Amino acid sequence: MRFRPFDETRPPSSIELGRRVFRRRQGIRSVILSLASTLVFAVVVWLTLVNTPGWAAVQQTFFDPAHLVSAWPRVFAGFVLNLQILFFAVIGVAIFASLLAIVRTLRGAIFFPLRVIATAYTDLFRGLPLIIVLYLIGFGIPGLRLTENRIPPEVLGTVALVLTYSAYVSEVLRAGIEAVHPSHRLAARSLGLTHAQTLRIVILPQAVRKVTPALMNDFVSMQKDVGLVSVLGVVDAVRAAQIETASDFNFTPYVLSGLLFVLLALPMIRLTDWYSARLRGREQIGSIV
Amino acid sequence: MSLLRLDAVYKSFGTSEVLRGISLEVHAHEVVALIGASGSGKSTLLRAINLLEPIDDGQIWLNDQDISDPRVKVDAVRSRIGVVFQHYNLFPHLTVLDNVTLASRRVHGVDRATAEKSALELLDRVGLAPHARSFPDRLSGGQQQRAAIVRAIATNPELLLLDEITSALDPELVGEVLALVRELAADGTTIVMATHEMAFARDVAHRVVFLDGGVIAESGPPSEMFGSPREERTREFLARFSDR
Ligand SMILES: Nc1ncnc2c1ncn2[C@@H]1O[C@H](COP(=O)(O)OP(=O)(O)OP(=O)(O)O)[C@@H](O)[C@H]1O
Ligand SMILES: [Mg+2]
Repeated sequence: MRFRPFDETRPPSSIELGRRVFRRRQGIRSVILSLASTLVFAVVVWLTLVNTPGWAAVQQTFFDPAHLVSAWPRVFAGFVLNLQILFFAVIGVAIFASLLAIVRTLRGAIFFPLRVIATAYTDLFRGLPLIIVLYLIGFGIPGLRLTENRIPPEVLGTVALVLTYSAYVSEVLRAGIEAVHPSHRLAARSLGLTHAQTLRIVILPQAVRKVTPALMNDFVSMQKDVGLVSVLGVVDAVRAAQIETASDFNFTPYVLSGLLFVLLALPMIRLTDWYSARLRGREQIGSIV
Repeated sequence: MSLLRLDAVYKSFGTSEVLRGISLEVHAHEVVALIGASGSGKSTLLRAINLLEPIDDGQIWLNDQDISDPRVKVDAVRSRIGVVFQHYNLFPHLTVLDNVTLASRRVHGVDRATAEKSALELLDRVGLAPHARSFPDRLSGGQQQRAAIVRAIATNPELLLLDEITSALDPELVGEVLALVRELAADGTTIVMATHEMAFARDVAHRVVFLDGGVIAESGPPSEMFGSPREERTREFLARFSDR
């Protein structure tokens, strides 16, 4: 990174100007190179694809503009439901995963049973495929007849997502909590903060910062797994695409819903990359001063 | 011929100009002590010399090669310079011996047996041979810093940069680290060191450079700098130290 010098009155020396010209030229050169190589790569892929014998049929089945337009309203409505489920699932995971992580880091003999339960829970739910959790919750809970009315499948789907992802996220958080140097805990306690305050004000903020890239990665992963609630009959984007497809076996609606999920994930993925790079930069400075 | 030459080096962070035209020449076998208040830019200057910090203007020459030229291979230049920082020096997951031989083996392509033989000789010289196979956390702070210095000189760098290598140490451990530096200086190693140890600077350095306000306010042999500084600010700065 380069900063503008503070002293505006001092013009850069000719040597510095020469270096800037050289760097700019290097920059332009690498942009041109990367554009060229991308273009060549894209053309090669495209030509290979178009020249395959079945391309016309595949294009008709998966990339048909007419189907795209006709499927749009339904798939998009389904996608809005995905977003709603995602919203509540994220909140649920944030709360439940933090609790699990805290329980797992509690020391002391009294907490032994709690720790065992939390450990068993994370072991179980990290091992279970999400689709099985979805079936168990989605079809098992209604089978218990706990309530008069039918529980909406989107609620059950959200619960299943929260149960599974909390197990993963709590492990990430726990790693973060344990990576905070013990001296910080001692320093906070010696200032008179209670155990809970220490955790909330000193430990957790540092822990979350340490593992933010990993957490963002889990978030991206959950964004797309929200599509799995379709197995419960929830009419989300994937299910809507399935319904559209059923009428004439054209798969364009699936491609459309897939695209929507990618578009949703992209900003988060870019943000994760940017944030990780920034953290790296900061750590480099920190270790040298 | 000077081994290191800085020519009007500028460096700002945001709107604060930390280095405002530093020119400095260091000859082979010379020991230069950088002194100055906290935040005066000593670490920034050392990082700039080691190309860890891109400079905004000026030139840096190492043995008549312009290392501030964007065309030079940064890693190649760094492998010719040894650096020891205040702390976090040794890699905790490697033994002392592996720490010391790492650069020889991985950067300079020396085979393990040869690298370990010369590393053990060096460690023996500084009394760390018994700890060669230990991990850094088994060593005292002073031993760790001495091992870090050994690691920095293991590849025979042209220049050794030391950044307040004793300021994280207990007072009783400072002596052993400084003794090692003194020995290196006597052997003819070229050293540029930032330090708050005025007695040590006076004792070991051939030249003392006082940084203030982003420029070299005064420089000269220690006898002059500590005995009869010309500048008022040098006098003030040194007075604050002798008060303690
Ligand atoms: N990466 C950075 N980003 C922004 N400002 C920085 C950065 N590194 C250093 N500075 C600023 O530059 C100035 C000089 O810092 P530097 O670490 O070089 O001082 P120093 O002389 O080594 O001080 P000390 O004796 O405390 O080690 C300080 O004001 C510091 O805040
Ligand atoms: Mg410093």
